[in-house]
Amino acid sequence: MTVSIKVRYFASLKELLGRSEDMLEFEQVLSVADVWRQATEAKVMPDNTLAALNMEYVDLACIVADGDEVAFFPPVTGG
Amino acid sequence: MIKIISEEFDPFAEVQAYQKQQQALSGKYGATNIFIGTMRDFNEGERVKGMTLEHYPGMTEKQLLAVVQEAERQWSILDVLVIHRVGDVFPDDVLVLVVVWSGHRGGAFDASRFIMETLKSKVPFWKKEILADDQSRWVAKNTDGYL
Repeated sequence: MTVSIKVRYFASLKELLGRSEDMLEFEQVLSVADVWRQATEAKVMPDNTLAALNMEYVDLACIVADGDEVAFFPPVTGG
Repeated sequence: MIKIISEEFDPFAEVQAYQKQQQALSGKYGATNIFIGTMRDFNEGERVKGMTLEHYPGMTEKQLLAVVQEAERQWSILDVLVIHRVGDVFPDDVLVLVVVWSGHRGGAFDASRFIMETLKSKVPFWKKEILADDQSRWVAKNTDGYL
């Protein structure tokens, strides 16, 4: 079965990659770390990168499912 | 109530208007703690003439709501108002307003601090500073709040 997910990038990661999102389709089971590798042609992930799955913080080992939204971004600096 | 807004706002007018509208607070609150975070014109030894605040629409609101709900679990508080700016901001602009109403001062003080500190470490906002020479840089991380 083909799994489709949306990958989003914010702040300095968006600038690093030169885009704000990717659509990814794949057949195998992928973790959040695998999603980064596939979407970025295995670019080195900057230190302290945070990951979210469907707008909740997750570990890079977390497995993604069809329709998920994965996001990568640097440490937050609001307030 | 949580609001993410892209226009300049008057925090005092917001507090007044919200408090007036929350009829349930009437006669119940003995303490209101107001925290206002404002943009400086310097950071890390450099003049800063403006900033752009980016956020993750959807996740920002979701995480902010979770922070407020956690504060409501930990302290006996009556109401919370959080307003955060996004987009282009300039020195002296208000960036964040955190207001906590409670029966007694302890909850109002403690919950405000908790909401502010957790917002700074968990809620997805990012600041990009524009320096005096028009160079820009991302703020790498928030400090502990004392320098």
